[in-house]
Amino acid sequence: MQFWVAQTLNSLAFGGLLFLLSSGFSLIFGLMRLANLTHGALFMLGAYIGAYLMRAFPGTSLWMAALASGIAVAVFGGLLERFVLRRLAGNALGQVLLTLGIAFIISDGCLLVFGGDPIPLSTPHWLARPVFLWGFIFPAYRLAVVVLAVFAALGLHILLDRTRLGAMIRAGVDDMAMARAVGIPVSAIFTLVFCLGSAIAGAGGVLAGPILSAYPGLDGDMLPLALIVVILGGVGSITGAFVGSFIIGAIYTFGIALLPDLAYVILFLPMILVIAIRPNGLFGRMAV
Amino acid sequence: MKMSRRTMLHGTAGLATAAALSAPARAAEPIRLGLLTVKTGPLASGGLDMERALTMFLKERDNTLSGRKVELIVADTAGAPATARTKTQELVEKNDVHCLMGPLAAFEALAIDDYIREKKIPVLGVAAAEDVTQRKPNPWLVRGTSSSAQCAHPMGEYCAKELKYKTMITIGDDIAYGHEMTAGFQRVFEENGGKIVQKLFAPLTAPDYGTYISQLKEADAIFIGFAGSNGFRFLRQFNEYGLQAKLIPVGGMTALDEAVLRNMGDEALGIVTTCWYSAELDNPANQKFAPAFRAENKYDPGFYAAATYVEGAVLEAALKSIDGKIEDKPAFMAALRATKTDTVRGPVRFDEFGNVIGNVYIRKVTRKEGRLVNSVIKTYPDVSQFWTYDQKAFLANPVYSRDWPPAKNLSN
Repeated sequence: MQFWVAQTLNSLAFGGLLFLLSSGFSLIFGLMRLANLTHGALFMLGAYIGAYLMRAFPGTSLWMAALASGIAVAVFGGLLERFVLRRLAGNALGQVLLTLGIAFIISDGCLLVFGGDPIPLSTPHWLARPVFLWGFIFPAYRLAVVVLAVFAALGLHILLDRTRLGAMIRAGVDDMAMARAVGIPVSAIFTLVFCLGSAIAGAGGVLAGPILSAYPGLDGDMLPLALIVVILGGVGSITGAFVGSFIIGAIYTFGIALLPDLAYVILFLPMILVIAIRPNGLFGRMAV
Repeated sequence: MKMSRRTMLHGTAGLATAAALSAPARAAEPIRLGLLTVKTGPLASGGLDMERALTMFLKERDNTLSGRKVELIVADTAGAPATARTKTQELVEKNDVHCLMGPLAAFEALAIDDYIREKKIPVLGVAAAEDVTQRKPNPWLVRGTSSSAQCAHPMGEYCAKELKYKTMITIGDDIAYGHEMTAGFQRVFEENGGKIVQKLFAPLTAPDYGTYISQLKEADAIFIGFAGSNGFRFLRQFNEYGLQAKLIPVGGMTALDEAVLRNMGDEALGIVTTCWYSAELDNPANQKFAPAFRAENKYDPGFYAAATYVEGAVLEAALKSIDGKIEDKPAFMAALRATKTDTVRGPVRFDEFGNVIGNVYIRKVTRKEGRLVNSVIKTYPDVSQFWTYDQKAFLANPVYSRDWPPAKNLSN
């Protein structure tokens, strides 16, 4: 019993973390048809900026650091989209390759600036202590991550489904040419979505920091997870990313606990199934 | 028109060989030393320290060993076996190095093993893979650091006899290094009356250890066999789950390296680890090295910095005994293996396989002058890779792995 409760909580916490990582990736992928391979690097960049801020200005809370880092990474993403990716518009493969190259540049840049050692981000004081839940010990911050993921999902859902801007983004996802024809500024929306996706990655990196720390290689550890979640959940769907994150979180956690020898493939098995049965992912729509 | 320094050097090298046999002319040719290290990617922290310490070692000697200039050529393997192989080839065939130092990781060392044998290039190794100095010894290798389990053996005894732990858990990276280290620990700990009740291995790139931590059973202590930033992340998460009160963490030689300690807080205090080095050692060589390294880089030297500094001292001693004649490869190799010298890790010598015999230190994290340090609490002198076992019997066993020696005391 204790095993199931503890591991369920673990899988929820890991799922929450995955959502903070992958929702921005899914958003950008959905609108721009662009597998943004810098996403892992942006996540890491966010974590490093957060760690730096908290060290340079003692007293900066994790939330402030997440906000500042989100903004900084959003600006970086915006510039990247406007001045670099835009030049290769229409050349999808070229763009993917370019994002991969930029990911390498960011990760070596981080190594140069922040050094090679892991830097911890401290947990907010009131969440640093483990809590007792039905007699089980569980770290409070991990529960907070689940709550944060739910709020982020709600916020994105409201933005996409309940606002005019969201309607324009969805129009762009469904049929870009038609959206242009009815006067939606698709180009500006591209940049905006890229900024938003980057911001979530940057802030997510900081919020994941107390668990993962900022370390070289974080980008490479995270990018495949974002890809898996989005392939499972469906491109461009926030619901898909949300459900996908928690499914992957559960498969990873229980898979490792019950079948430790399969630790390496456990995440990729569901992907093969999904690709075979529902190539567009659980919540994906056929692109027009 | 453009003539690079290297072509220039090749030119002069050619001339020097032409004038070959007269000794003064040969002395003019520099010794070319290739360093295989990692300057990009996740392993770069240790790799950069390897380069810094070696550069410092050579600078202190005015880049001269046994009266010959030393030209250091550094290659970045990016921590990838394939790149390590290409870079080795480049160092050997293009730069024509006399000997190599490195590489950092065991899987890199294995990737270049065949090539080294084929080209007969003397290598001063850093990576810990067991079998390159055991069942498949490479005649061109000396290793001044240690094999994977060399420091874990004494730790097994220390945990059983001095710390009086009865039951323990081991956890490590799911790579040969993690398997070998925890296996060596398990063997000695169990032979001294302890019981390993649980053995866990996590993928090298495991994003999160929560799943593993929730599974930990009841035991006196847990042996942490992680490398790089993994041990650091594991310990943080371990504390996050409030386990430090229930289960005492102890570590292998890379779990709480100085490189990691400088980013840790009070949670690291009191943790006991084992290694062939500590920045706190008070031998004369280290009393010069550690403060100098700290002054230059603002942090304590750890495992990787000490590794190349020790190998530098071994190289220096060997060259001295053959009067700097590095071109005679068999004689140079024999000299390397016959080396007995004092280094920053204490006295070292080598066994017939080229693996080091030297002190292993049990260290405890304490706070000193505001920073965390690994204070030495016990010294196991002259530890060989075979520990106290008979060499023949040791080598007749299979190499340490996930499943050998078998764990017979696992609880369900």
